[in-house]
Amino acid sequence: MNTKKLYTVIIFSENTVGLLNQITIIFTRRQLNIETLSVSPSAIKGIHKFTITTYTDEEMIDKVVKQIDKRVDILKAYYNTDEEMVYQEIALYKLSTELFIKMGTVEALIRKYNARILEMNEDCVVLEKSGHYDETQALFNELSETIGVLQFIRSGRVAITKSKVERLSDMLADMERKLQEKQQIEQ
Amino acid sequence: MERISGSEALLRSLIAEGVDTIFGYPGGAVIPVYDSLYDYKDKIKHVLVRHEQGATHAAQGYARVSGKVGVTLVTSGPGATNTLTGIADAMMDSTPLVVITGQVASPLLGTDAFQEIDVIGITQPITKWAYQIRRAEDIAWAVSRAFYIASTGRPGPVVLDFAKDAQVGKVDFEYKHVDYIRSYQPEPEINLDRIAQAAALINQAQKPFCLVGQGVILGHAEKELLEFLTKNDIPAAATTLGLSAMPSDFPLNKGMLGMHGNVGPNRKTNECDVLIAVGMRFDDRVTGDLKTYAKQAKVIHLDIDNSEIGKNVPVDVKVLGNAKHTLPRITELLETRKREAWNAEFEPDAQEEFEKVIKHELQPESGYLKMGEVIRKVSEATNNDAVLVTDVGQNQMMGVRYFKYNHTRSVVTSGGLGTMGFGLPAAIGAKFGAPERTVCFFTGDGGLQMTLQELGTIMQENLDVKIILLNNNFLGMVRQWQELFFHERYSFTEMVNPDFVSIAKAYGIAAREVQKREELDEAIQEMVNHKGAYLLVADVERFEMVYPMVPAGATVTNIIMGDQK
Repeated sequence: MNTKKLYTVIIFSENTVGLLNQITIIFTRRQLNIETLSVSPSAIKGIHKFTITTYTDEEMIDKVVKQIDKRVDILKAYYNTDEEMVYQEIALYKLSTELFIKMGTVEALIRKYNARILEMNEDCVVLEKSGHYDETQALFNELSETIGVLQFIRSGRVAITKSKVERLSDMLADMERKLQEKQQIEQ
Repeated sequence: MERISGSEALLRSLIAEGVDTIFGYPGGAVIPVYDSLYDYKDKIKHVLVRHEQGATHAAQGYARVSGKVGVTLVTSGPGATNTLTGIADAMMDSTPLVVITGQVASPLLGTDAFQEIDVIGITQPITKWAYQIRRAEDIAWAVSRAFYIASTGRPGPVVLDFAKDAQVGKVDFEYKHVDYIRSYQPEPEINLDRIAQAAALINQAQKPFCLVGQGVILGHAEKELLEFLTKNDIPAAATTLGLSAMPSDFPLNKGMLGMHGNVGPNRKTNECDVLIAVGMRFDDRVTGDLKTYAKQAKVIHLDIDNSEIGKNVPVDVKVLGNAKHTLPRITELLETRKREAWNAEFEPDAQEEFEKVIKHELQPESGYLKMGEVIRKVSEATNNDAVLVTDVGQNQMMGVRYFKYNHTRSVVTSGGLGTMGFGLPAAIGAKFGAPERTVCFFTGDGGLQMTLQELGTIMQENLDVKIILLNNNFLGMVRQWQELFFHERYSFTEMVNPDFVSIAKAYGIAAREVQKREELDEAIQEMVNHKGAYLLVADVERFEMVYPMVPAGATVTNIIMGDQK
């Protein structure tokens, strides 16, 4: 019960000012470090999706998610383990053009890591690779040990559950139905 | 539709929400609202407090006794920060409040303008909802939403931060009540399977025991609770905030839970076979050590807040919903039972507590006045019909232990946050919330002096609040801990106090000091018969202790009775 592992919290919210603060203070109060964070509009218009990862145990993540779910502007919050999701992070690597060309094994490297070149000019090359943390890290390690990396950035995790639809759409449909029923009763 | 100022739109919105009383204090960033209020004096009663903390506590007292939303109006910056303690207190104790703070004009936001503070950022952790109104067009929507959120589901405080340009801006005013927010479902759907499971567990139980929390009062489920308990003959005890949900003389009411609760309820928590928690949150002052808490029992938890269920105590049957709707559904499935033997098991504990603690508190033969005897006599002098308001500390624990209740919504005390200084302004609010009832406020010399300035509010409003100061010239509860757990090292708990009677008189408040037991009854009668505010200073035993006591973090059955000395 008390073994720590990486949990992914997925939150759907209204798009209002100050929501990120409302969510992060719930982590802060329990001394939980947010490993990664990614926020963007969801597939449903006007609704934002937060994807947050954190190392903790199941008891704690369950309580945290309930506290998040309770906030007025949050539509739905839930948590998943890695096995239940498809997930990716994206990483960008800035390298010296001169060293990159001198290296000679560029094509093999790009193929090996399934990376691609986003930008190339006389000063620098920017590679892009998406994947799990250890995969983007492996490319970073190899480049660091050989030609060196000028700049490196990795995004927060984006994740999709393996079940067939976004659970939120069912929930919204259900809520819409209830609202209509309520309005009919009132009329 | 009419074109009016934002300030007027705010007042019209408040009136549309049924607000007739607000507690406030003017200042630079809220002057336009106060200017509009000048024209609405006949519709909205504004109570001018002496400090913004007092405004929030008064609104809390008002809300707790009336069941309505308490409203506070203050200015920006320090006005807003002074309300924080009350907002946090309301959050912990699920009190519906709408706190309106003035704010600098929106172009100045984020510039460190005079009296600008990030109210939303500061209050988000301690509110149910916090919203900044930057445009006059948003006022009606925001106010309506604020009242809906504050008063529904598990109630709580809402902050509206009202920028000055929105106050002076013009708007075509039209009010529409909000009763639906798609991301907020205040009343969860009732799961009938869980209802059946709960009823089956109770029907099979030999020794069921019910813990009654404030959720019963907030959900207006007092009648439903008594029917539930009576049908299956289930003994019950209340948390501090759940007190008065059951009348004191209700036969199945076995008293109070927790650190200074009654012996029987605490012991039986660890003897019962089914524990039914209704609208309570297993606070550490109730449970003590969770590792040894009610391990033998199956736990049924009824609450409206999903995040409370399983938070502290693992639950066997979770019944989500308003107790007003869940309890009767369970009652319907209960067998009519008589549990005479089980109920009788509370008797020896009650006897023991009476012999070792209560007798000395209520019927002392000599020595200084005891807090308990003063409290019980005041309760009886008001026929147990009064509203009890307390401050925090020994006066509070003695107050809730020895006052008696005939009616619901009779206890106003700071439970979760334990805010010293809460009492005096809360008593003012309580009197406005229930003007027909007698309000008895018990306080200590420490807590009274934290918000003493509100005597000015009592004077200005000519308010009939009975103040009973249990004076021991000590910060008594901390001193008690120092005596018990810190080798009697009384580090900064002794107080040199002013002449409280003179202070009251300076405010035009009748006052009297009583030291002798022979004078106590007569002094209490004088206070009760007096028309208007009254301060009774009772000089009580300096080294008095509140017993019984379950030390912090100890097992609930590990009870200090204080009879060893």
